[in-house]
Amino acid sequence: MKTWVFSTESDGHAGSAALEALSKARSFGGDLGVIHVGPGSEAALAELGDHGATSVLQIAEGSAAALAAGLAEAAGSQQPDLIVFGAGNLDRDVAGRLSARLGKPVLANAVDIAVDGDALQVVNEILGGTQRVTTSFAGGSPAIVITRPKAFAAEPSGGGAPAVTTLELPDVGHAGDVEVLSQHVEESSGPDLEAAAVVVSGGRGIGDADKFSMVHELADLLGGAAGATRAVVDAGWVPYSYQVGQTGKTVKPDVYVACGISGAMQHLVGMKDSTTIIAINKDPEAPIFGVADLGIVGDVHNVIPALVEALKARA
Amino acid sequence: MKIVVCVKQIPDPASPYELDPDSYYVVRPADQVLDDTDRYGVEVALQLSDEIGDAASVTLLSMSPGGSQQGIRQALAMGADGAILVEDETLRGADALTTSQVLAAAAKRAEADLVITGTESTDGYTGVVPQQVAELMGAPSLTFARKVEHVDGKIRIERQTQAGYDVVEGALPAVLSVTSGVVEPRYPTFKGIMQAKSKPVETLTAADLGVAPDVQQKITSVEDVASRQAGDIVEDEGEGHLRIIEKLEEVKVV
Ligand SMILES: Cc1cc2nc3c(=O)[nH]c(=O)nc-3n(C[C@H](O)[C@H](O)[C@H](O)COP(=O)(O)OP(=O)(O)OC[C@H]3O[C@@H](n4cnc5c(N)ncnc54)[C@H](O)[C@@H]3O)c2cc1C
Ligand SMILES: Cc1cc2nc3c(=O)[nH]c(=O)nc-3n(C[C@H](O)[C@H](O)[C@H](O)COP(=O)(O)OP(=O)(O)OC[C@H]3O[C@@H](n4cnc5c(N)ncnc54)[C@H](O)[C@@H]3O)c2cc1C
Repeated sequence: MKTWVFSTESDGHAGSAALEALSKARSFGGDLGVIHVGPGSEAALAELGDHGATSVLQIAEGSAAALAAGLAEAAGSQQPDLIVFGAGNLDRDVAGRLSARLGKPVLANAVDIAVDGDALQVVNEILGGTQRVTTSFAGGSPAIVITRPKAFAAEPSGGGAPAVTTLELPDVGHAGDVEVLSQHVEESSGPDLEAAAVVVSGGRGIGDADKFSMVHELADLLGGAAGATRAVVDAGWVPYSYQVGQTGKTVKPDVYVACGISGAMQHLVGMKDSTTIIAINKDPEAPIFGVADLGIVGDVHNVIPALVEALKARA
Repeated sequence: MKIVVCVKQIPDPASPYELDPDSYYVVRPADQVLDDTDRYGVEVALQLSDEIGDAASVTLLSMSPGGSQQGIRQALAMGADGAILVEDETLRGADALTTSQVLAAAAKRAEADLVITGTESTDGYTGVVPQQVAELMGAPSLTFARKVEHVDGKIRIERQTQAGYDVVEGALPAVLSVTSGVVEPRYPTFKGIMQAKSKPVETLTAADLGVAPDVQQKITSVEDVASRQAGDIVEDEGEGHLRIIEKLEEVKVV
């Protein structure tokens, strides 16, 4: 068994999805390699090694088309059985293009991967996680899998530095004719959403962008991070980095407080594994109450300010 | 500029879809609705087309093995000029790659300069069709766009990133995937709905496009997951916040 894991460097660190996938892939046995896109900082490479990677193919940068072409060439000569991607935007860009290039399907949204000899199966959760679907792959190597964030826990193995080889990308002509003109950071305040012990998220029920400050205030008082639904992100109230759900972050905090959130399936998949869920919604029929340990049927504009005052009074 | 917008037709999401107990394919009624996610692509296409004027056209492209037209008519009512429907029973249960082969071949046949898609569909949400179509067309992919502009014959987007956004520009022909924050889709007018009934819908088969469906994955089992039990639901009569504090104390957060 030869497994490759796709990693993108951010702020000098290896991709979290890659560390999660490596931790899982160690149980498959055999060769464990990483395709790492980014400057290749010493810290990032050490993290990959520490999670089980023995070799790294390092690529500084490239268009999705060039990355896919480079990967396809490398896969042709080195014959991996399985290539695992995370759910990030570049992951999906490269996985999709690689799939089309190799004529192999992509098994997407995997929450588990099982290897039994040559047979490979992946598990997906559908309908907001109410059903588990097992799919077997019969396409011949390599199998291309995209995993859900936090499907696996990242656990160091204590491995040493991996052997690093630089991968040169081929010229892909018109398909590579894209240019990044500028990059912009949108600030989000407070602790890291994915690691926070308490997450307070706001949905459309908060009312407008200005009122979202009450979500921040409550999150601050509880020492937690603020999150949001896609509806709120799309409306431009908060940046995308706040988004919890299928196309945003997956969070598993000790406490998740959902404020003015209906509880759409695509939101639930990002937070339903929180230990305790508290929901405030004025509609008693809101689906969020189906997963809440405590549900308050009420107006967020009354309940949150009262909660904030009470918490301040205790401090 | 020939703009082709990929629109998926799906079972009405108002009720959750079901999987067929034998094939495990999604049970698809004869008439399916326009995936809400694809209204954004249609709107982007219409706005680009308005800006460019007579030299632009907007054609919808949908693969629907059972030949649903309801969702296509919804998108035509928004103002698209015409549609291509790939209707072929052999495509039932097609995976994303097969779907992309069909869409890419149809877009090439239509001589598309710009192919617009959503970032992921509501029912299957593999989120790789845009990139697969781009690769099969030999075109650049401009993906996860939250803003789109047509500048000097190129497409310039704000690409949503974890940290914020990147401004990215690509040459045509290209494939563009748009988020649901990109524009506010228009509602069809009564006139639009009436006109949609007589707009041309060309139907094609997989064979017309030279695609031989070959699905290399198979669902082997579907199980129910023990779902989370709902807890206490209480009406707020001015004391709701105290119940929350009790709960937070119970789990030792305060
Ligand atoms: C492919 C795809 C991917 C998606 N990915 C995501 C994702 O990653 N994350 C995500 O969140 N969504 C995602 N969505 C969108 C999702 O389907 C929902 O549309 C979205 O989660 C709804 O957000 P909301 O709960 O803020 O808004 P709404 O559904 O509009 O709910 C607002 C709620 O607020 C309540 N309310 C209103 N006023 C008050 C008040 N004064 N006090 C208390 N309650 C009030 C209402 O009763 C209602 O329940 C995705 C959708 C698709 C199709
Ligand atoms: C629960 C579930 C899980 C699945 N898992 C997988 C999997 O892991 N791998 C796999 O290969 N297939 C999978 N499929 C099948 C896959 O969803 C279908 O092949 C589908 O035809 C295309 O993929 P998508 O809807 O996921 O596309 P996405 O990539 O999510 O769709 C993005 C955009 O592509 C365009 N588009 C997609 N389909 C069409 C269409 N028929 N007509 C016009 N435009 C379209 C739309 O603009 C859409 O917004 C799954 C299906 C279901 C229901």
